[in-house]
Amino acid sequence: MPVQYAGILAEHRAVREHAGLFDVSHMGQIHLRGAGALASLERLVTCPVASLRHGQVRYGLLCHESGGTVDDVTVYRSADDAFFLCVNASNIEKDYRHVVRHARSDAEVRNRSDETGLLALQGPASAEVLAALAEPDPRGLRRFHFAEGRIAGRPALISRTGYTGSDGFELYCAAADTPALWDALLEAGAGAGLVPAGLGARDTLRLEAALPLYGHELDDDTSPLEAGLARFVDLARGGFLGAEALRVQQRDGTPRRLVGFELEGRGVARAGHALAHDGREIGRVTSGAPSPTLGKSIGLGYVPPAFAAIGTRLAVTIRGQAIAARVVSTPFVGKA
Amino acid sequence: MADYDIPRNLRYSREDEWARSDGERVTVGVTDYAQQQLGDVVFVELPAVGKTVERGEPFGVIESVKAVADLYAPVSGEVVEVNADLAEQPEAVNQDCYGDGWMVVIAVGDASEVESLLDADAYAAYVGERSE
Repeated sequence: MPVQYAGILAEHRAVREHAGLFDVSHMGQIHLRGAGALASLERLVTCPVASLRHGQVRYGLLCHESGGTVDDVTVYRSADDAFFLCVNASNIEKDYRHVVRHARSDAEVRNRSDETGLLALQGPASAEVLAALAEPDPRGLRRFHFAEGRIAGRPALISRTGYTGSDGFELYCAAADTPALWDALLEAGAGAGLVPAGLGARDTLRLEAALPLYGHELDDDTSPLEAGLARFVDLARGGFLGAEALRVQQRDGTPRRLVGFELEGRGVARAGHALAHDGREIGRVTSGAPSPTLGKSIGLGYVPPAFAAIGTRLAVTIRGQAIAARVVSTPFVGKA
Repeated sequence: MADYDIPRNLRYSREDEWARSDGERVTVGVTDYAQQQLGDVVFVELPAVGKTVERGEPFGVIESVKAVADLYAPVSGEVVEVNADLAEQPEAVNQDCYGDGWMVVIAVGDASEVESLLDADAYAAYVGERSE
């Protein structure tokens, strides 16, 4: 996927106002089947699994025993004994090894990333655009649910999920069918303002929605609790890798917390910039960009809990200059 | 390959700045190639009037949504004007890089410095090399 087609701002606005189409086929899919699939996933992911209905999706995390994050994933259940994980492209090999290592022997694990294509159709016009080509009617799908059907005559899994903070769908298909689906969707959506969109807009959209990006907000040494993802960690159930370490973190607190901030001065915060308070460095920016929707610079970063309250004054050190910033609630855009 | 506007009456640096000479006053901005490579410009940081800049040295910063790039002085001299409008309208760099998107005016000690920059044909060839 290129960084941009027509320009990041134009693509970003198209997704917020109409629709954008992303080719995210680089993402990975790891399938688990068989009598031991459910028990294996309960050992692997932090979210509830047994309560997933057929055709339902949940966001969750794969953790190390240490509580650090192997990856953040979505879990799809298509039958009692059939699931798949959609995983980050950069982690496919690591995740596959992790899953194989911890899956039970009565679960069959397959990495189907290479044979699977994935298009993300995102934005408020997505359902109408897709309805012209897809069966079953995607307008009947609820958020975080999916159905197997056809798009433009080709088999596809239609999932009402996404990574932009806007309504939309993720469309799984055979890798070989991806170009045909791409063309059919762009043609069907041209009148509704659908445009091709690239990695640049994907990043600014997910940042406005404060959705974590692995390698930035999450990594092997960062726990989901530090990242503010406690609602996706089912400590009441427990039994998954990392649960003991995360229980201790929940009880004792973590030394740092992820916060969202807005820049009050001019400039753009970028990953790696220092976050300071009263002239003292207290953390680092993990992601930052100008928000096309808000017209100001926003970012995410880790700070000690004492500086995590909404309204706390911070400074971002940009090329040696302290630029004023303020902790704000997240998501930055689309607040309830 | 994309098309790039390279006016014949300007001179160019290998860091993708343009220079327009008016005696000892040289107006400087970034080229169409540079603005297309950067994409949507959201922030431009320019020096204060009175600052001395050295040819080939950074004198400011340009940021797009995705990238940060240094601005390099194509000639040496003193900054005598800066385009303050870019603070409010950085998108002028995308919309009109050779007009409203100008960045600074440098008073040069040696007017022949501009002549040693690339002409439009040489710059077009240099852009072509990198676009292949």
